[in-house]
Amino acid sequence: MIAFWILAPIMVAAAVGMVLVRKAVHSALLLAIVMISLAILYAVLEAPFLFAVQIIVYTGAVLMLFLFVLMLVGVDASDSLVETIRGQRVLAFVAAVLLGVILVLGAAQAIVGPPEGLTAANLEGNVPGLASLLFSSYVLAFEVTSALLITAVLGAMVLAHQERLSPKPTQRDLALQRVRDYADSGKHPGPLPSPGVFARHNANDTPALLPDGSVADSSVSRVLQARGTVREAPRIRRTPGLPDDGSESAPTTGNDATTSGEGKP
Amino acid sequence: MTTEPFVVLAALLFSIGALGVLVRRNAIVVFMCVELMLNAGNLALVSFARQHGNLDGQVAAFFVMVVAAAEVVIGLAIIVTIFRTRRSASVDDASLLKY
Repeated sequence: MIAFWILAPIMVAAAVGMVLVRKAVHSALLLAIVMISLAILYAVLEAPFLFAVQIIVYTGAVLMLFLFVLMLVGVDASDSLVETIRGQRVLAFVAAVLLGVILVLGAAQAIVGPPEGLTAANLEGNVPGLASLLFSSYVLAFEVTSALLITAVLGAMVLAHQERLSPKPTQRDLALQRVRDYADSGKHPGPLPSPGVFARHNANDTPALLPDGSVADSSVSRVLQARGTVREAPRIRRTPGLPDDGSESAPTTGNDATTSGEGKP
Repeated sequence: MTTEPFVVLAALLFSIGALGVLVRRNAIVVFMCVELMLNAGNLALVSFARQHGNLDGQVAAFFVMVVAAAEVVIGLAIIVTIFRTRRSASVDDASLLKY
């Protein structure tokens, strides 16, 4: 019972949070809390098989599927807060409260007497007990389940399949396209310059430096630039004695690629 | 250890899930709330199995899990397909079948 009184507030709080938070990923993580707590409650309720299945199937498979789809659809896709139907939230809240009251009242009246416990039913072990039920009285439902699963697999394949509308470009096509781009717009056919590699610092978010000490923008991923997390390239210290003509070695690699990448034909 | 607290918890979780289905508009979150409702039903089944001292409730919960897994696969595939064509996962946007 201690497990119940610890877990029940956590579950209710996590479930409420799941409804309230705006980001879908947070909802998924809160749902994971609910499901794992539920698995522990199954263990308390003398259902060790369902405890394992809950963790493996729900938190392992279903929630991972949710997270995959969230990543596909876009993590930042959060709900808009504009109400499309006026008063929908208030009405929904009232309906949910009423539903909860009815369920609690009905369920409380359905229970008569102390629980019988599963010690007798679990005498040979929980899994053999479940198996003997599953393969005797519920065997038809069990067989239909296999049809359901196969249908689900086929349905997912049909829905997720995408016809390729254009032929796949071969290596030769890509090479020709690169050369054509070079002829048309002067885009460098080689790879982009690599980000800065320095003696102290070797990171993707630091741009490479051109021989004159300026920053090569194309050396940093556009995603990082859009997020604004690109680091400043370290300044080249100019020794006062030397002429200021950029002849000192800039501490970058890939300068050749950089220069040829930036230079127009 | 009586059964009532478990069933009351299941009822609470079910109503919270129902609230989420009614309020949220991101299809994936709506789906998660449906999962929450299914799980609440499972909790009630398992606690009633213990109340009555037989394993039928646990078998039913097992079947619910199987159906939920299949449903998630199909539902998420539909959501991905809709997202691919409409660039949106909101349930309000997929209203073309109304007309």
